[in-house]
Amino acid sequence: MNQPHPNGPKPARITAGRIGLYTFLVAAALFFLLPLYTMVVTSLKSMDEIRLGQIFALPATLDFSAWVTAWSGACMGTVCVGIRSGFWNSVAITVPAVAISVFIGAVNGYALSLWRPRGANALFGLLMAGGLIPYQIFLYPMVRGMANIGLYNSLAGIILVHVIFGLPLVTLLFRNYFVSVPEELCKAARVDGAGFWRIFFEIMLPIAVPMVVVVSMLQFTGIWNDFLLGLVFAGRDNLPMTVQLNNIVNTTMGERTYNVNMAATILTAIVPLAIYFLSGRWFVRGIAAGAVKG
Amino acid sequence: MPVKRKRNLSATIALLPTWFAAVVVFIGTMAWSIRLSFTNSTLFPSSTYVGFAQYSKLFASAKWLASLQNVLIFGVLYVSGCLVLGFLLAAALDRKIRLESAFRTIFLYPYAMSFVVTGLIWQWMLNPTLGIQASMRSLGWEGFVLDWVVNRDMAIYALVLAGVWQGAGLVMVIALAGIRGIEAEQWKAARIDGIPVWRIYVSIILPQLGPALAAAGMLLAMGVIKTYDIVVAMTNGGPGNATEVPAKFIMDNLFGRQNLGLATAGATVLVLGVIIAVAPFRYAMHMRNQAKGGA
Repeated sequence: MNQPHPNGPKPARITAGRIGLYTFLVAAALFFLLPLYTMVVTSLKSMDEIRLGQIFALPATLDFSAWVTAWSGACMGTVCVGIRSGFWNSVAITVPAVAISVFIGAVNGYALSLWRPRGANALFGLLMAGGLIPYQIFLYPMVRGMANIGLYNSLAGIILVHVIFGLPLVTLLFRNYFVSVPEELCKAARVDGAGFWRIFFEIMLPIAVPMVVVVSMLQFTGIWNDFLLGLVFAGRDNLPMTVQLNNIVNTTMGERTYNVNMAATILTAIVPLAIYFLSGRWFVRGIAAGAVKG
Repeated sequence: MPVKRKRNLSATIALLPTWFAAVVVFIGTMAWSIRLSFTNSTLFPSSTYVGFAQYSKLFASAKWLASLQNVLIFGVLYVSGCLVLGFLLAAALDRKIRLESAFRTIFLYPYAMSFVVTGLIWQWMLNPTLGIQASMRSLGWEGFVLDWVVNRDMAIYALVLAGVWQGAGLVMVIALAGIRGIEAEQWKAARIDGIPVWRIYVSIILPQLGPALAAAGMLLAMGVIKTYDIVVAMTNGGPGNATEVPAKFIMDNLFGRQNLGLATAGATVLVLGVIIAVAPFRYAMHMRNQAKGGA
């Protein structure tokens, strides 16, 4: 028995199996890290150095000018203002959209699981079906509808769209969370005369803080990473970072400045990456919760 | 019971915005789109019904047929690639590994990145004149070829590679959580019987992970049908129609080519595809829950 037991002590002896295992893990780690490494080194090189075609080589000197250009001078078509405006657009879209959708999701989950008003199951079923259906079928009528109420190509419009399309996931996660809350808690509060909203704000929301954190993270990365909805609904002045990034990289005239492109790419990825690195445990929990119960 | 009714009233009112979204946005816009698919709408909606003409036009379009074929190839390879690699990674990490959390972090971080970012990174790595290919050639391997993004026959596999890089970590997390939930007794019993470790993973662990892996697979498959960003960022459908996908075909016709009828017909086909793909799965879940006697 030289194979280690998963719950036993760490294996003391080095076996062929262990070597194979670590070889596999290290090879996989290289595969997963290589793109990140390549992005970082490319962003620090000059174009002359990039033209040598040695994508894995370390930069000769540390040159952050591509980062500066990506942030404040890169061109989207003929406009050269960098990805800075996209960053702030993404912040302006994501923060309210997350706050609103998490709040509505929490209220929905609470109402659906602990109050079960008439039609609760039907609404839940509808939402889940809506969450599965490809966005493309909703887009054109939504554009027309938003245009009719004056929200098309506006910040409020894109926030509203994210809130609506986020409803299925946030509602699902909060409903599954509140289902596990003992009903007696709600009943006792009702006997004491607390109403729907008081029970929600004073008892249920504080209980649900861990879920609020997880759902906020999932929604934040989801909305920050969105491309399609931002492209369609945000309008020129509110384009999120992902759309601007694609414009910088894929619509540039003349020679592509790969160093600037890669710096812009890193800048676009940095917020969700920071969330993931700083709170990976919550992120993992959220993914597992969202996936296993979806 | 006036009091009870009043309480339920608050809950009902609280759900009104969601009812509005579900009925008006999800059902209403879908019905509108489906209706448009039976008209000859081009730039603006038209109310001239043309029956299934848009659908025949759709399925006579080489681009649409290519996009269906591409999404099928991409979907099968991407989902199975993520499942296999994710499960292998989870099984390997389960073997009392040093630096387990570091490895886990490395395998999952791409999942935090958008498909646009993923597509751009891999476009850069696979760039034949400056990327991996050039690097390998300059190291003396003159015949090295890795030109997938510009090669008609290989471009779709470039998308699969980038997709698996992005999504395998998700499967790993779900599988690892599942593996850790399996009782230690089963391990002891299997080890006493002298069953090799790999057999335990394949014959004992894997079957028990079935539901978790199925859920992960579903999640990835839902993403496949929506595949748009990664294609736009990485290949923009090219070379030729080699990486054209239905979601992109619909978007192009909706907003670029002003071909509303054709686009909505495509979207309707996509929705039908989802229903056909999801229905058996939901039905199986429903039956299983019924069998358990619970909700």
